[in-house]
Amino acid sequence: MKKMHIELTVNGQPMETLAEPRELLVHVLRERLGLTGTHIGCETSHCGVCTVDMNGKSVKSCTVFAAQANGATITTIEGIAGADGMHILQSSFREHHGLQCGYCTPGMITRAWRLLQENPSPTEEEVRFGMAGNLCRCTGYQNIVKAILHAASEMSAKEAAE
Amino acid sequence: MIPAAFEYHRPKAVADAISLLTQHGDDARAMAGGHSLIPMMKLRMAHIGHLVDLQDIADLKGVTIGASIRIGALTTQAELINNTALTTAAPILKEAALQIADPQIRNVGTVGGNVANGDPGNDMPGLMQCLDATYTLTGPRGSRDVRARDFYQSAYFTSRKDDELLVAITFAKPVGGYAYEKQKRKIGDYATAAAAVQIAASGGRVTAASIAMTNLSDTPVYSAAAGAALVGTACDAAAIKSAVTAMLLDINPASDNRGPVEFKRHLAGVILGRAIARAFSRA
Ligand SMILES: Cc1cc2nc3c(=O)[nH]c(=O)nc-3n(C[C@H](O)[C@H](O)[C@H](O)COP(=O)(O)OP(=O)(O)OC[C@H]3O[C@@H](n4cnc5c(N)ncnc54)[C@H](O)[C@@H]3O)c2cc1C
Ligand code: FES
Ligand code: FES
Repeated sequence: MKKMHIELTVNGQPMETLAEPRELLVHVLRERLGLTGTHIGCETSHCGVCTVDMNGKSVKSCTVFAAQANGATITTIEGIAGADGMHILQSSFREHHGLQCGYCTPGMITRAWRLLQENPSPTEEEVRFGMAGNLCRCTGYQNIVKAILHAASEMSAKEAAE
Repeated sequence: MIPAAFEYHRPKAVADAISLLTQHGDDARAMAGGHSLIPMMKLRMAHIGHLVDLQDIADLKGVTIGASIRIGALTTQAELINNTALTTAAPILKEAALQIADPQIRNVGTVGGNVANGDPGNDMPGLMQCLDATYTLTGPRGSRDVRARDFYQSAYFTSRKDDELLVAITFAKPVGGYAYEKQKRKIGDYATAAAAVQIAASGGRVTAASIAMTNLSDTPVYSAAAGAALVGTACDAAAIKSAVTAMLLDINPASDNRGPVEFKRHLAGVILGRAIARAFSRA
């Protein structure tokens, strides 16, 4: 099948590639653009490891066609850290043991990053509900929730200080 | 899991989408959020030569709220949840939408896709039957309106013709109390049983009631008899019991990985009982 010209803005950089329309966004990111931070788990829209930010919203990139994403602005896990090092969410996951094998972590952090923009000071229940699309086989979620709540309070404190 | 190859189209107007659907016949398919369609394509259960992505069609978007409420087909479930004016006018929509899938899926999945899909597991069709909503369908022969209560024929078969688009959903602003009660195996799952209930009351008595059930037949089930059983009562235990009895005559669940028929019938009664009690308490 004929390939299509796909243009995306990924982590602030304009990128273009050729892809078949049926290719999934996650495959284009990983295999055509070399951004392998976004993982593939279930490939059936359940586990959330493929979560990326598309036009300001968390989406499961295994359930978006490359063609559908054409023209979109995407943030992946590679775009979360700043010039001054890890994002507060990333250091908070490390500090609170929010990961074990780390397979789910890119999706967890990319989703939590958007969640904290939608709701900067969530309750524990709001974190759990807002993270319901991301599964983890290792941690039992306790420390993921702790890490996100801690990051939320650090981020608000930092904002108040600025 | 990669779907078979297809030709991709992204029209900007309803008329252009319809001419693509007309031109390619049953080889073409509309796509809204793709969160029911793409999984089917990955499993190669849907064979599509021409995919018509609706995302750029502005006329399919937007919500208008007046005496009646009109929801553009392309409105996502997340947009519906975050629309506070809509939640004030028809709070049952948000209560139901929050019980669909998970945040990422609600960001992409649309109300139109959910009701047009025809999967008995979808939550919005029963909800729209409860609200007595009307679907506006536009095709090469013009537009027509079909009531949600008449739209569903069997699993994945609806009154929509292949060359018609669902443009919008319209319903009168609901009155009284509401509840969308859903039992699922885990968060993000389709319903084992769900009930949509609207109840209007005055002086402690039910004046009108509308009841529809999800995933308990091969279509959503509007149970007029269950609603009628509540009218004139104080919604006491006896009244709820007769509504449940009436509803059980209208559903026809199948045994599957969510449980055997007996369990589903039992559960349908429990869920409807809870939904009625909550709706009445809010009426
Ligand atoms: C993991 C997972 C869990 C889910 N859980 C639930 C759940 O609990 N409850 C629930 O209700 N849903 C659930 N869904 C389904 C989800 O809500 C879908 O997004 C929704 O059913 C379809 O909406 P869509 O916009 O993605 O439609 P699409 O997938 O794009 O389309 C679905 C069908 O409708 C047709 N269609 C779409 N829009 C139009 C239109 N405007 N005119 C004509 N035809 C149209 C398409 O051709 C297709 O046949 C789940 C999905 C996933 C992946
Ligand atoms: S790989 Fe996309 S949800 Fe699991
Ligand atoms: S840390 Fe292993 S799956 Fe989450």
